[in-house]
Parts: sequence; C-alpha cells; structure tokens
Amino acid sequence: MRDPYLPHAARVVERRQESPTIFTLRLELKDPAERESYLFHPGQFNMVYLPGAGEVPISIVSDPQDPHLLDHTIRAVGRVTQGLSALRAGDQIGLRGPYGRGWPLSECQGQDIVVLTGGLGCAPVVGAIRYILRRRHHYGRLVILQGVKHADDLIWRGSYQAWAAQPETQVLLAADQAPAGEWPWYTGRVLDLIDQAKFDPHNCTVMMCGPEPMMWAGVAALIERGVATDAIWLSMERNMQCALGHCGHCQYGAEFVCRHGPVFCYHDIRDRLGRRGF
Amino acid sequence: MGTYLGLLQRRHADTLIQRLRGAGYHVLGPVVQDGTIRYAPVDGFDRLPAGWVEQQAPGHYRLQKRDSPRCFSWTLGPQGLKPLTFAPEEPLWTVERRHGHGLEFHSHFPETKKQAVLGVRACDLAALALQDRHFLGGPHPDERYRRRREGLLLIAVHCHRAAPTCFCASTGDGPRAHHGFDLALSELDEGYLVEAGSEAGHALAAALPLIPPQPGQQARAEREIRHAGEAQERRLPGRDLMTALRARRDAAHWEEIGRRCLACGNCTSVCPTCFCHCHQERPHPTEDRSSHYRQWDSCFTSGHSYIHGIVIREDTALRYRQWLSHKLGEWHAQYGRSGCVGCGRCITWCPVGIDLTHETAALLAAPPDDSEACDA
Repeated sequence: MRDPYLPHAARVVERRQESPTIFTLRLELKDPAERESYLFHPGQFNMVYLPGAGEVPISIVSDPQDPHLLDHTIRAVGRVTQGLSALRAGDQIGLRGPYGRGWPLSECQGQDIVVLTGGLGCAPVVGAIRYILRRRHHYGRLVILQGVKHADDLIWRGSYQAWAAQPETQVLLAADQAPAGEWPWYTGRVLDLIDQAKFDPHNCTVMMCGPEPMMWAGVAALIERGVATDAIWLSMERNMQCALGHCGHCQYGAEFVCRHGPVFCYHDIRDRLGRRGF
Repeated sequence: MGTYLGLLQRRHADTLIQRLRGAGYHVLGPVVQDGTIRYAPVDGFDRLPAGWVEQQAPGHYRLQKRDSPRCFSWTLGPQGLKPLTFAPEEPLWTVERRHGHGLEFHSHFPETKKQAVLGVRACDLAALALQDRHFLGGPHPDERYRRRREGLLLIAVHCHRAAPTCFCASTGDGPRAHHGFDLALSELDEGYLVEAGSEAGHALAAALPLIPPQPGQQARAEREIRHAGEAQERRLPGRDLMTALRARRDAAHWEEIGRRCLACGNCTSVCPTCFCHCHQERPHPTEDRSSHYRQWDSCFTSGHSYIHGIVIREDTALRYRQWLSHKLGEWHAQYGRSGCVGCGRCITWCPVGIDLTHETAALLAAPPDDSEACDA
C-alpha cells in the first residue's frame, strides 16, 4: 500500500547559489515510475527531507511542464535548511508531495495578473509567472511587483529583466535600502509602486506572497484601487510537519494551510490576515 | 431508552471476558493503577475496580473505595480510547543509506491485534467518532490509525454516576452511549443489562447466558442514567459557539486566563479529541540510518506555532485562545460539530484548575469585539 508519509529518494541534479543565504536545489525523483506520475500545479509545495535532520515544506519554483526536474529555492535559516545548503550535485535526499492548493491559473484566464511579492516570497509565484508567460495569449497584462529589504537580497535579477521585455508585461522592483548607483530600480517600499502598476482593477487576479504585514498592507492598497476581495490570492506559511492535514500545526482558523492552502483567497481569510495569534 | 437483550447476572459476568478471549480478542478493562483508573489487560471481572469511585474537581482526582459490588461506578480515568488508536508515539518510517543503492525508505506500520475494551464511556465513544473523522475522513486516511481502529471491539458502559467535572449532558454526548459501541452494559448491583450496537455485538450477546430482565430492572437502570445527566453541575452555554467565540477574539478575558494558565499541555494530553502531533527525527548514533517518529504535541508549546524564527502564538493567552476557539468553535467548520464531548478531563487535570465551562461563560458574557482590527 502507498504510505503518504513515506518520502521517495531524490537526487540533487544541480545546486545553484542565488544569494549569500539563498540557494536552489534541482531535484530528480530516483524511481522512474514516481518521476512519470509526478504532476504539480504552481503554488504547491513538497516536503523535502534531509537524512538524519528532518523535513521542511518548500514550494516548487520550476515549470510544471517539466515535472522531471523539480526546483526548490531555499533560504538557509534553520537546522534542516542549513543542512540542505551543504548538499552537492549527486547527493540523495527524500521528497514527498506535491501538497496543497496552488494558484487559480485556469480561473484567471483572460484577466490581468498582478504578482505582488516581498523578500523570498517570490518563490511560490515564480512557477505561476513562468506558466503565464508560456501561455501569454491566455492572459491579459502581467504586472510583477517585487520588494526586498536590501538590494543584495534580490535574486533572479536576470529573470526579472527577461520578464520585463515580454509583451504586455511590467516589472516593478523596489529595495528598502540600496547603495547609490548600483540599483536601477526604486528605493523604498514596494507598495509605493502600486500606483504605477497598469492593470484593470475590475478584471484582474492578484497573487501575493511575502511577510504578512506587507501582504496586509498590499491588500489594503489594492482594495483602495478597486480590486475585489475575491480577486486577491495569498500564499500563506505556517509550521507544517505532516502536510496531510493531520498534525494540526498549520491551522489557520478552521483551515489547514497544508491542505486548504497554502494559496488562499483573501476573501476567505479576511477575518484573520494580519491578526495576532492566527 | 435502550433495547435490552437481557440481564447478565453478576456471577456469570466472567463469561463475557471468556467469550471475548475465545474469539481471539485481547481484553482491556478498567483497573486501579497509579491512583487512577486505566485500561489494562484483564482476564476476569475480579481485576475490575469493584467499589471504587473517584472524586474529581478542578485540579483534583482521588480514588475512594466504597462497599459496593459495582465495577463501573467510577466515571473517568485520565485517558479514554485515544492512546489505543492514536499512539502517543510511534515510528513512521526509517531511511537507510545503502552502498551502491543510495537512500532506501521503509514504512513502519503497527502490529495490530484484535482488542476488546470493556467499560468505554459515552463521551469517549463520541470522541472516538471525532478522531475517526479527523484521521480517516480526509483525502489522506491515516493507515496507522486505521489499523489500530479496525481491531477494536467496544463494550460501553452507560454512566450511572456523574463526576462534578462531567458536562456530557450539555454537549449531547452522554451519560447514555447511543452510537459507536458493539455492546453496551447498564450496571445494577445484581448484574448487567445488555444491549447490542453492531453485528459483532449481537453475536457476542447471543453467546452469553442472558436471562430476561425482571420487572423494574430496566426502569431502575434508566432512572440512574437519567439522574447521572440531571445531576451534572457544569454545562457549556451552547452547542455551537463558533460565531460567539469568533466575535470575541479580542476579549480581555483571554489575557486574564493567560495569567493563570501554565501552558503545561495537560489539558491537551488528556483531551480525547486533541489530535496535534509533531514529527521527530531520530538518527541512529553509529549506523547510517535514521527513523522518523510522530509524537503527541500540544498547541500550548511555543514550538507548535514556530516558523523560521517567529512564534505565531507568542504568549499563553494566544495559545489558550487557539485551543478553546478551536475546540468549541472551529471544529464545527472542520468536522461538523464541537470538538468537546463534555468529559471534563481538562478541568480535573489542570494543575491550576482552569475550568473551560467557566471560562467560556465568562468570555460569552463579554460584549463582542467592535471592529475588524488588524495587528499587523
């Protein structure tokens, strides 16, 4: 019988350093049958297991059209992620997933798309951006707003530049702090840029990810521009251990983030977002 | 009122255990252990706590022996059925690094046996039904829970006595067991009135030397059960408190409870419906293998809501709010009813005697929050 708790062996195909603390692991499931049957949706996550250390939930940033190589972009902050950071190509780890609900990419066809992210928060939406750009004619305008604390924190600089050159696509980047002369974009809060974003607030879908105070303020700014509460989607993070809706750690009100999220419609969590203790 | 199949005379009570053992069941029954009542293997009714009753009060549990032949006059011990189906700790899987093969993962599943539990209370049957919904009702049924659960045969005993901490009448879960048992007993001095709740229960009853009840015996049992409900001093202010509690997230009373609560997690350990558990990695000290365990966890710990350097519920008031609002509120959205079955264990085993029925009443007495505030 299939055991949903059991990881599958996966091989590190490539390890890329994205910033001093952020790295990407390209993983391949070892078993060809597992590899063939693995399908994911942008916004979903895997449980990545480091032998002897434990599991962590990590969103999948690669393109779902190539589910054979699964990219995970990780910040080394804790015991497991620091261990994962020391991996090299050829090493083996464990992987199970995908889990949760991803972005509403079918439902928002024909609409303008606004992607608003902060910090490493961009990781859960990168798969969605790639998905949209690959099917460019199914969507309206694409606006990508990304904010970082410090200019050095920006990863995927090349990707943002390439995305900015796509038709009907606007990329707005902001850093709270940036050394003069080395940052061609805006210095200040990313939310200051919402006024410059060109999209139809009455026919759009917003995808957000990042620190909760930033998302809460972003929601307020978007509603001010006329975006409906059910057009705003957020990827939430909580302590997740089982990823199956059993262990109880990720409860967010009545919802389990691992199962009913991590992507939520703002309308459904408007009573909780930004409130202490949820 | 139950449909009694007959009376099992006290002198023949052991035939019940003998029939169960004959059918291949390991029989667990209530025994006096460590100053409490616990379920343990029993081979005859002489192992059962005849005459024992317990005194329960907030932060208080003491056993007392009385001169009575009855084996089920006690109401509850600290644990119900939860440890039998949702193990306090168990290995999920082990990984080994094999030369030339890389990592190999192996699942661990429990060695299950047919177990019969004698003396299950109505509140604990209701709690088991809730745990079934949690562990088996979703898209990923829990195989380890399922295997333990499927091997259980449940012999309920209706409560003829209520502890002062009991409030199952107000949650609708007792003192009579209505669902989820194979066999149910009502205990009188002279023996046990027997009901069946399943095919297995009917088969078991058919193998017992039952005699027709005498006039008045059924009425006496019903009167005692009814009295056990009516005598309950505690109650919750309603069956569905989700909306009322959601409207009081900012009530000052949460802070007041937070100053008394020790965040020890006793309440979640004895609660028969609490399902939280954490995962633990246990690497072998010398060999190249590691095992992954799960263990009961509590929403009163800081680790429960920890995420990359942040504790979401940073103080005890927020943790108590999470526990109570989930138990009495959000369970309705998750599983269609309250997560509280009125057993009162969280009151008894709280070292500082916090009483959720009093706290809930105090919270509901406060006016609803006035705005959709944001703390971001």
